[in-house]
Amino acid sequence: MSLTYVLEATLAVLVLGAAAWTIAARSAFAASVGYVSYGLLLALVWVQLAAVDVALTEAAIGSGLTGVLLLSAAATLRVTEARSGPGPGLPMRIVAAICCALVTAAIAVVVLTLPDAAPTLAPEAVAALPATGVGNPVTGVLMAFRALDTLLEKVVLVLALIGVWSLAPDRYWGGHPGLRHRLPADGVLPFLARTLPPLGVLLGIHLMWTGADYPGGAFQGGTVLAAMWLVVMMAGVRDAPAIRERWLRLALVSGPVVFLAVGLAGMLTAGAFLAYPVDYAKPLILLIEVPMLLTIALALGLLVAGPPERAAGSS
Amino acid sequence: MSTVTLFGLCGAVLIGLGLFGALTHPQPLRKLIAFNLLGSGIFLLFGTIARRGAWNAVGGDPVPQALVITAIVVAFAATALAVALLLRLFKETGEATLDPTAPVGAPPGRSES
Repeated sequence: MSLTYVLEATLAVLVLGAAAWTIAARSAFAASVGYVSYGLLLALVWVQLAAVDVALTEAAIGSGLTGVLLLSAAATLRVTEARSGPGPGLPMRIVAAICCALVTAAIAVVVLTLPDAAPTLAPEAVAALPATGVGNPVTGVLMAFRALDTLLEKVVLVLALIGVWSLAPDRYWGGHPGLRHRLPADGVLPFLARTLPPLGVLLGIHLMWTGADYPGGAFQGGTVLAAMWLVVMMAGVRDAPAIRERWLRLALVSGPVVFLAVGLAGMLTAGAFLAYPVDYAKPLILLIEVPMLLTIALALGLLVAGPPERAAGSS
Repeated sequence: MSTVTLFGLCGAVLIGLGLFGALTHPQPLRKLIAFNLLGSGIFLLFGTIARRGAWNAVGGDPVPQALVITAIVVAFAATALAVALLLRLFKETGEATLDPTAPVGAPPGRSES
């Protein structure tokens, strides 16, 4: 039995243990903590599956940002937990457990009987990659071969943010998201919020830039930027912007708008929607990625910050 | 057992666990966490199938890998919206329950406005 195998089996046990904990934990806060550690362990699994791009995304968004969101929600809702009902009785739980076990068994059978010659688009993706000017096949798929998915995903981010904002009470519409965080200026978090962002911003931009040829990309880079922004907001070093700010709204839609504009231009210059003229593929991809990075960073940060809770201009 | 089979089965168990949590937990936030678990199990399954598509120097089929990246971001956006809905429900009613027969408490902290 090789060492790799032992490590992988241990990792699988840890992932399943953390997952079981998030379901079995007594409080939602404990479950959220479990979910964060589960996400980090899962990122290691993605590395084992040779999907480093996915591992970065899982660690940053799946574990990190979702974790912040869940932890703060769990802290707010803590008072309701004691009052919540016991849920379904034991017989119902047993029925649910059996049904879920059946689902798992059915999927396990599929996993064990997958055809030997696995279907793959890797050769096609690699063969077409030189035309895009990027070296990382995953980035090639995201930015060129399946650009429509990526474009729509940007739209989903903006729509989700509009959905969150629309939950604001009327009197706070256009105001600042969340509560104004005020911490002693000499505390640990404000110190972190002053020292970490310069490095974090550099790392975020680097991740986007390097994503062309190595693992990384606009998603991962944008998440790092969003995380830096959240640290700054949570430490009270800078207040969250009022959502009626024009610059904010323009920056938010810049990603999808530039993407769409390049896509439409592709109809004239390259003969198809979202097609790039071969000679300009790399510069066009960069032209799309830069505003996309901005949109992702702003949208992710604001999705965590939540709907406006203070009138614009209030502190 | 190969890496792919091991983590494929792992994904299958995660889907079952998440489904069970989503069905049996009475609190919406716990359902949401369980639902995320279910989703990540599906992503993992997708990832193992991508790994099977390894070809030459490429460690896995990049198409499903890219789709999973998109999926993780979309799942986050949906979770953020669900959390915002839940917190608004709590602000309005002082409760966070999906049970329509539950007694409604006083809204918390209406001192602002």
